[in-house]
Amino acid sequence: MTVLLVVLGAALGAPLRLLAERVAVARRGRGSVLGTLTVNVAGSLVLGALLGAGDAPAGVVALVGTGFCGTLTTFSTFGADVVRLVEERVDGRACAYLAGTLVLGLGAAAAGYVAAAAV
Amino acid sequence: MAYVLAAVGGALGALARWGVDAALPSPAPGWPWATLLVNLTGCLLLGVLLGAVLPRFPRHAWLRPLLATGVLGGYTTYSTFAVDVVRLVDAGAVGTAAGYVVASVVGGVLATAAGVRLGRRA
Repeated sequence: MTVLLVVLGAALGAPLRLLAERVAVARRGRGSVLGTLTVNVAGSLVLGALLGAGDAPAGVVALVGTGFCGTLTTFSTFGADVVRLVEERVDGRACAYLAGTLVLGLGAAAAGYVAAAAV
Repeated sequence: MAYVLAAVGGALGALARWGVDAALPSPAPGWPWATLLVNLTGCLLLGVLLGAVLPRFPRHAWLRPLLATGVLGGYTTYSTFAVDVVRLVDAGAVGTAAGYVVASVVGGVLATAAGVRLGRRA
């Protein structure tokens, strides 16, 4: 049962991440990292809220946490984009992207976690 | 079609991540080994994919959404990393949290770069 919930959440999260990447490229041009940044921050906020509540049922954690948020967000594309920006010699953008992902992503996770714990 | 491939790959990647997590339980405020392992190995594999596999099969447009966006994108996770950090800080393990951030970010970027380099040589 848990397997199905993880698969279901993941099967929604991955295409949504692809959509965000494509929308960003369509609006901001080839190589835009805004799509990945957006899903990583949004997914961190949702997972923070889910786990901050502390009493989410195991099935919901499998579906929304491990499946959906885990797959909506990505570390490998983040790493690959940083490496690509460095190779393209736009070090400033690479640093801004790295710092932005850390500050906004960790901030979103903390905000969700604290807000849910306070409710 | 790309969305279906991403969904299938993402499901496979998530199951692999879930499997690693089950095999290496790391309850807070301990070091999150499972998430660090999936993120570093996923970065290395994506580097190899970008350096060796995708440039060799430019006509196989299905490879990228299935393997890069789907399998490896789903296998690695940013949200679990972020919440792991918040939980460590919440538990007072600030030093562990800082070390984990550095290991994940520096390690992830270096693993990707190493994968690309290995892939281009292969």
